[in-house]
Amino acid sequence: MSNFFLCLGMGLFVLVFLCLYRASFGPGVLNRIAGICAIGTKTLVVLLLMGFIYNRVEMFIDISMVYALLNFIATITAAKYLERKGEL
Amino acid sequence: MNVQQIVSIPFLLVGFFFFLAATIGLLRFPDFFCRLHATGKGDTMAVLLSLIGLSIYEGFSLTGLKLIFIAVFMFLAQPTATHAISRAAMRCGLEPWVKGKGKTQ
Repeated sequence: MSNFFLCLGMGLFVLVFLCLYRASFGPGVLNRIAGICAIGTKTLVVLLLMGFIYNRVEMFIDISMVYALLNFIATITAAKYLERKGEL
Repeated sequence: MNVQQIVSIPFLLVGFFFFLAATIGLLRFPDFFCRLHATGKGDTMAVLLSLIGLSIYEGFSLTGLKLIFIAVFMFLAQPTATHAISRAAMRCGLEPWVKGKGKTQ
């Protein structure tokens, strides 16, 4: 089962790199924000899988919870800033 | 392997498939709103399925309850964030893509 989690985590790692293309080269600010939001969502699951691989879930789950909150707040803040600014 | 592990494996695999579909949509779609359409729904479903699978694997304990809590929070937060950022794009005057227009931002 640990090997299964490891393979799943490696697959998610590859997907994070694919999203990093959109976050670094994507035209405009908004595409970058969307890419970073997708990366944060995948990182949450990768952290939980790491916790299950190392048998330390009760520690990694708190980090994962904080990561979910931070990802949400970062996206909302960037959206609010762009909306107040009124232009790209 | 016991029953919990066997039940949790399909949830995790389907969650990974949704992550893959969301990433392909984020890379391949022609417009910002189309990309947000792919990631906003695909990532929500993928996180939900992955966390449900992991909580079945963990069983009934405080960690399992926390996993369910993260799943519920992501189910509320991810559509809210998607809506906020797409509303910001609309207010900033980003034109949606129509057929035959070619690639835009």
